[in-house]
Amino acid sequence: MSHRLSTGGRLIDRSERRSFRFNGKTMTGFAGDTLAAALLGSGQTLVGRSFKYHRPRGIVTSGGEEPNALMNLGTAKTFEPNARATTTELFDGLTAESQNHWPSLEFDVGEINAKLSRFLPAGFYYKTFLWPRAFWKHVYEPVIRASAGLGKAPRHRDADHYEYMHVTTDVLVVGGGIAGLTAAKAAAVSGAEVMLVEQTANWGGRAPVDGAVIDGQPAEDWVAATVAELEAMPNVRLRTRAMGAGVYDHGYSLVYERLTDHAPDPSRPRHRLWKVRAGRIVTATGSIERPLSFAGNDLPGVMLAAAVRDYVVNYGVAPGKRTVVVTNNDDGYRTALALKEAGLEVPVVLDARKQATGPLADAAREAGIRVAAGRGIAKVTGKGKVEVVHICDQAGAGAVVEEVRADCVAMSGGWSPVVHLWSHCGGKLTWDDENACFRPDPDRAPTGADGTPFVAAAGAANGAVTTAEVLADAWAAGGGSGEAPKADAEDRQPMMPVWAMPAQAPYALRAKSWLDFQNDVKVTDVELAAREGFQSVEHTKRYTTLGMATDQGKLSNINGLAVLARELGEDIPAVGTTTFRPPYTPISMGAIGGEARGELFQPVRRTPIHDWHEENGAHWEPVGHWRRPYAFPKEGESTHDAVTREVRATRERVGLLDASTLGKLIVKGPDAGRFLDMLYTNMMSTLPVGKCRYGLMCTENGFLTDDGVVARLSDDAWLCHTTTGGADRIHAHMEEWLQTEWWDWKVYVANVTEQYAQVAVVGPKAREVLQALGGDMDLSKEALPFMQWAEGRIGDFDARVFRISFSGELSYEVAVPASQGRAFWDALLDAGRKHSITPYGTEALHVMRAEKGFIMIGDETDGTVIPQDLGLNWAISKKKEDYLGKRAQERDHMTDPLRWKLVGLETLDGSVIPDGAYAAEEGLNLNGQRKTEGRVTSTYYSPTLDRGIAMGLVERGPDRMGEVIDFPLIGGGSVKAKIVSPVFYDPDGEKQNV
Amino acid sequence: MLILDCPYCGIACDETELSPGGEAHLTRFGPGSSEDEFEGYLFMRENPRGVHFERWRHAHGCGKWFHAARDTMTMEVFGTYPAQTTEPPAELRKTISEKRPGWSWRDFS
Amino acid sequence: MSDRISALPGAASSGSIRVEEAGLQGMVTIRGDLGDKGVSDALKKVVGLTVPEKGQRGAGDGMALLWMSPDELMLTAAHSEAPDLVTKLGDALSGHHHLVCNVSDARAVFRLTGEGAAIRDALAKLTPADLRPSALPVGMVRRTRLAQVAAAVWFEDEGTATVVCFRSVAAYVFGLLANASKPGAEVGYFR
Repeated sequence: MSHRLSTGGRLIDRSERRSFRFNGKTMTGFAGDTLAAALLGSGQTLVGRSFKYHRPRGIVTSGGEEPNALMNLGTAKTFEPNARATTTELFDGLTAESQNHWPSLEFDVGEINAKLSRFLPAGFYYKTFLWPRAFWKHVYEPVIRASAGLGKAPRHRDADHYEYMHVTTDVLVVGGGIAGLTAAKAAAVSGAEVMLVEQTANWGGRAPVDGAVIDGQPAEDWVAATVAELEAMPNVRLRTRAMGAGVYDHGYSLVYERLTDHAPDPSRPRHRLWKVRAGRIVTATGSIERPLSFAGNDLPGVMLAAAVRDYVVNYGVAPGKRTVVVTNNDDGYRTALALKEAGLEVPVVLDARKQATGPLADAAREAGIRVAAGRGIAKVTGKGKVEVVHICDQAGAGAVVEEVRADCVAMSGGWSPVVHLWSHCGGKLTWDDENACFRPDPDRAPTGADGTPFVAAAGAANGAVTTAEVLADAWAAGGGSGEAPKADAEDRQPMMPVWAMPAQAPYALRAKSWLDFQNDVKVTDVELAAREGFQSVEHTKRYTTLGMATDQGKLSNINGLAVLARELGEDIPAVGTTTFRPPYTPISMGAIGGEARGELFQPVRRTPIHDWHEENGAHWEPVGHWRRPYAFPKEGESTHDAVTREVRATRERVGLLDASTLGKLIVKGPDAGRFLDMLYTNMMSTLPVGKCRYGLMCTENGFLTDDGVVARLSDDAWLCHTTTGGADRIHAHMEEWLQTEWWDWKVYVANVTEQYAQVAVVGPKAREVLQALGGDMDLSKEALPFMQWAEGRIGDFDARVFRISFSGELSYEVAVPASQGRAFWDALLDAGRKHSITPYGTEALHVMRAEKGFIMIGDETDGTVIPQDLGLNWAISKKKEDYLGKRAQERDHMTDPLRWKLVGLETLDGSVIPDGAYAAEEGLNLNGQRKTEGRVTSTYYSPTLDRGIAMGLVERGPDRMGEVIDFPLIGGGSVKAKIVSPVFYDPDGEKQNV
Repeated sequence: MLILDCPYCGIACDETELSPGGEAHLTRFGPGSSEDEFEGYLFMRENPRGVHFERWRHAHGCGKWFHAARDTMTMEVFGTYPAQTTEPPAELRKTISEKRPGWSWRDFS
Repeated sequence: MSDRISALPGAASSGSIRVEEAGLQGMVTIRGDLGDKGVSDALKKVVGLTVPEKGQRGAGDGMALLWMSPDELMLTAAHSEAPDLVTKLGDALSGHHHLVCNVSDARAVFRLTGEGAAIRDALAKLTPADLRPSALPVGMVRRTRLAQVAAAVWFEDEGTATVVCFRSVAAYVFGLLANASKPGAEVGYFR
């Protein structure tokens, strides 16, 4: 049955048909339709099932506040759950499925919950699933998880892409209705840069539907003229399909622009998240009509009165052929008149107010519509849809005075200003008695960096009701001077708050009166919460789940807290509202992520030699944002075998390591030595020019934070090497102390990490390989001994050569300008060919340093380890009065003889202790767990020794050499290991010093 | 999401261009200090409702550290100033007094 | 001399704007007391340029001085000239506390060309900096972030902008810029 009217529909183009699928069935609509309009136009009133009771549900609204018409949209890579049909623009090929039912929308097994509804009251979950304890994990939680959520989670990778846009503007106006247009114009004519955003595809908001007349023109014409005028102004930017999602400190605001939802195009960004910095923000976000709480108000066909009017006027769609209007304010009559004008039946307007007077009621009567004052709805009945409206006295207890057959009920419980954006950043509300709503309190606006208000609400969002009020308010909010747009004053009759219909509704009716359609919260649930002692509106919300669904209570909040207030015997303003949090309506995860996905998810830092590693099959290891080769497995070789091969080749002949990621900081100035003495635990000021020294850096907490070799470049300059992950952090650490503590010291620091490619040439043949390249440097032991550096040319390359070793072998670390890095690497490979030179990765580096007992920041340290724990006392100056961390290392706990200290661990059976294993000792701690006496910090298979080796921190470890301790294994059993020196290989350092 | 003016380069910085550095105007205690002094320096911090002084670094910018005086409740920024000082500038304290009569923070008022 | 290569040789993309890796660019970090006349005179003598005002870039014959912070300038010049300039500057500043170092190879440089508004649109997707021509006019240098990494941006003229980032993230930054300007992603915000 089509509900499409033969005329009308200001937003649709009847010449453009659009075909779509709903639950597998093909339907059609027109260009300009929303999915909701097209569904209603196709006679589809049942669109979903409620969350808890699986009640049949229909479309209630025509906008972002929709609680029921949530769809799974799209398929596979474009699938998205919980999309509101009311804000989904129709396009050819759209695919939608209704949610929360099984096996079908029409026949849903979960409906049994509705029969059980008296056993599923507020707080049901809290009360029921407490006991027995074991049931939680195995019964309750799986069942709850299976039934939770409305839509399905996407199972495919999202095919679309997203982006951000950061802009700074004087004024951001949110909302493109007549208030927003007026405020934008007011701001623009005063010369401000203005950005105006509207969440739908159309300007003008409700005014054209409501028949407003502005400056003598029909609203539609005024809107078109004003938009044209604004578009022509160089200082104004307008965007439709862009929703003001949130307002934050200092004028920061999020705007969610939907670029292709209405016209899918994979080549374009789907959503754009605007991060707007505005000097002022005007929230012209309109108002939302409230439902009325009567029994059966959740049946498909019961809709908000203004939404019914929207479908008729905007889309030429009749939600019903025969509509009963029920209202407590003048606006309901506009719907009755619109329906009548469209040739639809309106058997009666039920006006809850004692008298139905004023121009709108009169106009309804003149149009031949029956008006019943003082009347309300006792209940609406029907099988899955509206069939009979049972009319009663609003003041009574629900005695039915008349039954009227209808297929639609248009309800209006008054209007609530959309105060969300006003409230996000601390704007406070005041209760408006006249219109029974919360509206922004102009005296308690959100304030910005300068302490003055930066958000102004405008128009209906500010509590204005008539067109004239809206225009005047919005002009002022925009800061306009001169003539504001004008509309005639209206003779408006006061509305009457109706929080229960009828006023004396008995339990049986209240138990069928829905507050929150999406989460199935009824009047009686809130009453029960109040009886059980819930007084705070925030607690009641969580206990009953009122307003916690994806619609965040846009329809239910005020009605719900009115019920709570009545039960508590308080005034509504005393009970207050729940907190309004961004985003205004849900925004996509994609938009939040912006461009950061795939290749752009995270910056990957590449060394100048990265491409070679990639071409040669590197198995990568992330280190900070760097990618370093972990090993270079050859074809048919396991990673483990590759590591073993790389270690042996290096120890026996020569290996090559890309060490470019090491941090390199130049520290220069008359006070540089003094500064480094404060930074490192040992003495750097005494280091002679041309020499290198290993150093440790601690934080003021005393904990080891970084290590590396320092080279003295000149009288007043040092080059500090940091760990790969430490360069930026240590650079910042140095700047922090220089700028904020010792600002009178003359020291400059420069981070030159990326200026150089650094290659470690390691192994007994290292010198031969470098000498084969030629150049002007003497690399002999005599000219360049261990722990010295020199500058010159190696082959064609400008080189700085450090005789330092992290492997225990003869080793040269050579720095060349990054632009020459790849060429240098290639030259070394060539020169080393006759020695089968072997590039190695970080794992071989780790194995070799562990064989030598060298610590690694992040393995042996974890932010709780001091140098003294690691047997590094030799690198802590006894002479210095002060260095960062020295005072902390004097604390009791740091000098406790029971601290876990570094030792080597040798398994009795030669196996490799698992990473992270703890050594257990006899006895239990206070928690009934095995006591521990140490843990493994590094553990490897040593190809050199052909056995498992490990380093670990053990209680009094260095005093227990030769003792065997026990490392329990996951899954049972344990590994026994002997405490030994951590230096497993070449303890006298003969190999590196040749 | 704050905006703070970097007093060195004059740029109104987005919070994401800055790194926070905690409380301003700490006095360092090193070797020789008492346990209480050292504990105070290392661990004890103000957590006021209202006027607060804190450190920020213009990390994605000129790299300089500066101080900001801010109201932790309203996010009002009273001013920013270079970090090379042990106390808030007199002019700024005067400004704060005009806006928050009777304020105090640690030993400053 | 061996082959010297920039971070992403030949990388280019065409969309709403043209993005090109600019090849090797000489860059020298100069730290010193910029308010000291001795320092500024020494600079003037070596590079022929005066110390730029806060946040500004002053260009001369093949060289430019960019204000980086109150005690830091960046000198841009031909890549091959940088080592020599480091030596000359070091000599000229020898009487003053200073630090001069060659950072040419530590950076990657991208040139953005096209409509000024389109360049600003593309950059605005990546940086929170105020990119209005009034806030970032030709001649000004803005150090900021592009998505997750540090960068400096300036306009040589309305239709040409330069982006400098660290060399290691050149591929990431190029990816960002190409993505932000790809066909179909036009914004039309700036005019």
